Amino acid sequence: MDFSLLLQDIPTLLVVILGVPVVLAAYIVGGEYLVRRLPDKNRPQVRPWIWVGPALILVAAYLLIPAILTAIQSLESNNVDVLDPGTWGTNFVGFKNFARQFADFPTGGAWVAIRNNVIFWLIFYTIFTLIFGLILAVLFDRVKYEQFVKSLIFMPMAISSVALGLIWDFMYEYQPPGEPQTGTMNALVTTLFHHDPVSWLQDQWPGESFNLLNNLALIGAATWGITGFAMVILSAALKGIPGELLEAARVDGAGEITVFRRVILPLMMPTIVVVGTTLVIFALKAFDVVYVMTSGNYNTDVLAYRMYNQLYLASNSGGASAVAIILLVAVVPVLIFNLRQFRAVEARR
Amino acid sequence: MTVAAAAQPTSSATMFSPRWIADHLSRWPLHIAVIGLTAAWMVPTIGLLVSSFRPFSGQATSGWWTAFANPTTFTISNYTQVLSAGTTNLGQAFFNSFMISVPATVLPVSIGAFAAYPFAWMKFPGRNGLFLALVGLLAVPLQLTFIPVLSFYVQHLHWTTNNLEATGIPGLPWVPLWLAHAGYGLPFSIYLLANFFRALPSDLFESAEIDGAGTLTVFFRIVLPLSVPALASLVIFQFLWVWNDLLVALIYVGGTPSVAPLTVNLAGLTTSLGQGSNLLTAAAFFSMIVPLIVFLSLQRYFVRGILAGSVKG
Repeated sequence: MDFSLLLQDIPTLLVVILGVPVVLAAYIVGGEYLVRRLPDKNRPQVRPWIWVGPALILVAAYLLIPAILTAIQSLESNNVDVLDPGTWGTNFVGFKNFARQFADFPTGGAWVAIRNNVIFWLIFYTIFTLIFGLILAVLFDRVKYEQFVKSLIFMPMAISSVALGLIWDFMYEYQPPGEPQTGTMNALVTTLFHHDPVSWLQDQWPGESFNLLNNLALIGAATWGITGFAMVILSAALKGIPGELLEAARVDGAGEITVFRRVILPLMMPTIVVVGTTLVIFALKAFDVVYVMTSGNYNTDVLAYRMYNQLYLASNSGGASAVAIILLVAVVPVLIFNLRQFRAVEARR
Repeated sequence: MTVAAAAQPTSSATMFSPRWIADHLSRWPLHIAVIGLTAAWMVPTIGLLVSSFRPFSGQATSGWWTAFANPTTFTISNYTQVLSAGTTNLGQAFFNSFMISVPATVLPVSIGAFAAYPFAWMKFPGRNGLFLALVGLLAVPLQLTFIPVLSFYVQHLHWTTNNLEATGIPGLPWVPLWLAHAGYGLPFSIYLLANFFRALPSDLFESAEIDGAGTLTVFFRIVLPLSVPALASLVIFQFLWVWNDLLVALIYVGGTPSVAPLTVNLAGLTTSLGQGSNLLTAAAFFSMIVPLIVFLSLQRYFVRGILAGSVKG
């Protein structure tokens, strides 16, 4: 690589690392100086806005306003520049962009992506992760080397989903029957079960209109990566259960399974729900693993990937906006649930 | 008492007495399950790691587990090849990832710290509503924002990679991405820090105010120093999030080798080298170095960040 570039860019990095906080601090100090010039009663009204101002501007510019503009774009044809309010409505197409995404049920438009997201990913990814996370948290809690095994399970959380996809590409590698299998999964299938090797990422078992196998292969890879996340949070909740409670149950003659079902599980339910909703959001936003491993081929498309595809490969910004809105609609129930939880917690404060 | 302590066998029995042996034997299934599950969890990573040290001839014809029978064939040639090959641009991408991740961490964390303070300790109209909106934004899919932001960048500001590189100002081609990551990272940043600030004891603020300390003094002298653990968690979290991000980088800087980060580069290599290439194994491990170092050395803070705000998506 070109090291002269490095010498040129490192100063930039330093300028940003030091400059950004300094400029911000100067802005706050300057703002405070002006606030002190104000009459006493006006100070508390002005000060907070100076502090939150830069953040609110960035959040509005990158999240709030674009989201609204995307909603407008989804009702317009492609050649509209949504940033120019003068053009709004000139190419109004109503729900045509959506109609195209919802055409030809069950295999046309966005249906495959919708099915994969809101059925396969949402159910299997969430349930698998919760079950694995719970099992690992409960088992690990009982051994002394807990921290060590926990970090090993948690490690995939630190790597990128691109690397994760590559790791699982190698797990799922396929060689024709008779050849020595180089992929771990196929080696297991052929030697343990004497079954023909399976082309995990392409095999659309049990049928093309309901291809569970390759979608589960993708979901399995993603689950492997995120289980550490669920485990860590569930494990923290488990540690919060008072030991006396478990002791009392055991003294009363409850077996370990009963203690788990009747004491541990109910007490952990609120945490399981929080982790579950977070996982549902992750499941609906799934992108990287699909992008790296199958590019949405063999009916493994998901909404986030379809949106990217519509935008870049099809240059269809109206369609891409419609897919983004569909994704939002799928997330909204979770979002409302999150807000309710948040308010309930606030009320208890 | 913790659950772990409660679950330990009450081994008051002397060592190697029949009861001691029975106590320990009864725990074997547990140890086997724990170690077995952990080992199974590691298989994918170990498989790739072993493969990355195998020559192409071995990788193509036999599974990675056969390599242990013949350890002399291990080689680092995959690494030297993939790093030296000019076409892979891995070294450049590694550097780009730093150039993207560091500012994209500094921006949302520092802006978020200032913004979180009023949410925690100042009263102003609309405070609760705004905070609720931020919590809501945590779950909103970023896909919803790409098209307008991108068209603003490209059509109105003419901020394309080519144009920005042509100015010759170092770092400028990443500005669009830095700002986008700042905007996307802020809701989480404010949420986590405001919750932490709020949990600080209010006596601290009151006694400081009685001593005549102004808002600035309280913030810089009391709040910030006490919040170092929360700031550390947030920095690590945001850094790893940006370092591992594929989608946002793909949208705003794309695959141009001079600006693309490791994730985009690696995803591109799966296409150009072909899935299952021996060089890809080495490239994948190379991309994991920084996250793994950060994770292993600062795991405590990372986990704390996860526990503090398990809603980021």
